[in-house]
Amino acid sequence: MSFVLVQVIVGGLLLGAVYALFSSGLTLVWGMMNIVNFAHGDFVMLGMYVAYVVYTLMGGGPLLGAPLATLVLATVGVVVYFALIRDIMKGPMLAQILGTFGLALLLRYSVFWWFGANFLSMPPNIVGGTYAFAGLRIEASRLLAGVVALLVTLGLHLLLTRTSLGSKMLAVAEDQTAAQLMGIRPDTMQAIAWGIAAGATGLAGALIANFFYIVPTVGETLGIVAFVTVSLGGFGSVPGALVAGLLIGVIESLSGYLIGAVYKDIVVYVLFLLFLWFRPQGLMGKT
Amino acid sequence: MRRLIWLSVVAACAIAYPLLMSSPFQQRLGALVLLYAIAASAWNIVGGYAGQVSVGHVVFFGCGAYAAMASYAKFGLSPLFGIPGGIVLAVGLAAIIGVPTLRLSGHYFSMATIAVAETVRLIVTNTEWLGAAVGLSGPTVPRNVFDLSFLSSLPYYYLFLAVLMITLLVTWWMTNSRMGFYLRAIKDSERAARSLGAPAARTKLYAYMLSAALTSVAGALYAMMFGFVDPESGLGILISVKILIMAALGGAGLLFGPLVGAAILVPLEEISNSWLGGKGAGLTFVLYGAIIVLIARFQPGGLLALFTRRSKPNADTGAGHAP
Repeated sequence: MSFVLVQVIVGGLLLGAVYALFSSGLTLVWGMMNIVNFAHGDFVMLGMYVAYVVYTLMGGGPLLGAPLATLVLATVGVVVYFALIRDIMKGPMLAQILGTFGLALLLRYSVFWWFGANFLSMPPNIVGGTYAFAGLRIEASRLLAGVVALLVTLGLHLLLTRTSLGSKMLAVAEDQTAAQLMGIRPDTMQAIAWGIAAGATGLAGALIANFFYIVPTVGETLGIVAFVTVSLGGFGSVPGALVAGLLIGVIESLSGYLIGAVYKDIVVYVLFLLFLWFRPQGLMGKT
Repeated sequence: MRRLIWLSVVAACAIAYPLLMSSPFQQRLGALVLLYAIAASAWNIVGGYAGQVSVGHVVFFGCGAYAAMASYAKFGLSPLFGIPGGIVLAVGLAAIIGVPTLRLSGHYFSMATIAVAETVRLIVTNTEWLGAAVGLSGPTVPRNVFDLSFLSSLPYYYLFLAVLMITLLVTWWMTNSRMGFYLRAIKDSERAARSLGAPAARTKLYAYMLSAALTSVAGALYAMMFGFVDPESGLGILISVKILIMAALGGAGLLFGPLVGAAILVPLEEISNSWLGGKGAGLTFVLYGAIIVLIARFQPGGLLALFTRRSKPNADTGAGHAP
């Protein structure tokens, strides 16, 4: 019994690492520009479809699909920044929410229109079989997703805290005018941030495409998961997103196992609402 | 005065429309435009005037729709009895969502509304008593006129027209009351409004509750016209989307904005559905998404703002000369 629980928790941690990866993209953009991307979940969905297309058209596995999805989505992110975000950022809140929300619809239903509403999936053994460690059974695809997501999330944190690019981005987040006086272009930095954020979703999407159901509306659920993660972790904080993502993965898996699969989303949403009630600044945020 | 003449012309056209356009398709289209105009006008109170973008407004729509159908299917009463029940439910829910989130920045509110709508949809889909995934049905054969089950769309048309007029009157009255002034001040700058003593959180909450009540009425009317409600048609996120885009396209925060938006988008959707059939469903929402993005990018005030902007310079100079 308890052995099954360990199994469930490990599964939750592996999925949670992927949650952390795409949520750190949302938290980066939110913390830096104070704009919430309502299309974030749909970016992940696009990443899943890119991986799917790479597999069906070229027969390529995750080794080809994941980098390609990262690249494609990073491009999408930069294009979206220059075409839409740069202008609506200065507009009223209504325009900000409508703009990214409309983008979400546009992406979701373009994919719906092209691929249909059917559940697609990758072949079960695309990454490899199932490993057994001391009685634990772990699918190779989930292991790969969890480990890569964890490493890339940590890498993102290092990029933001240890490199000059990260410092420049933080400077722009802190004070645009001051950053400009120091010779940093806010526009370029923000475009890079959108590229990184969207690239992270592309990678996350390609990683979970190997074991998740692929459907146009999956972005809605994943988008809410990202919001929950960011509001738990405190916006702008990648380590916060990491802890919160792992936590949510475990909570989701546990509630799916203990209460029933249909209720696992409800548990996460209710948790989010409770947090908004009692601790809107997040788990690790400042008041 | 000119405004009054315009108003009476529009009202006369609205009353005469189903008599002039008497095919069932046209009458149904007219009734649907009015129905969505009610819902979008209700959204406008909180989304437009209070500037709080509720993305999960369908949850109130669902309160009304489910209450109306439950009052028939579960208690054998006329669906009309569901309307007050739906209002109570919607206002209560609005208070639960609004009290914590309206204190926070606008994004949190938008997200919380999505999360609540999805939670309610998932719960209802798994609740046997509310018909689970199948939903609830209204009367197939009306027992009397109070079952509000008609074959023709004509009675619905006039019923919806009356409700729409009440909704617009309430909105107009609200904008000219103390609450309207508070809302405008808060929307301009919440910090400034609060420092001048406007009770920001409470005013936004009242606007949200009023909007929820009216949206629930729209939901009840919708369920009566279609004779059933299921989780997709009563609580699906796409209903929220339609409501929101209609208000935003016409002009959020303008009295007649939602009406204009509904009059453009409802015929567009009906026509694209009848042309393209099932395949059109996806394409319609691609188009909706594109429209929302374009509005947000180029005309966040909506279409009607084009006209007010053009006439504004005169109004401004007029005010300048008469201090």
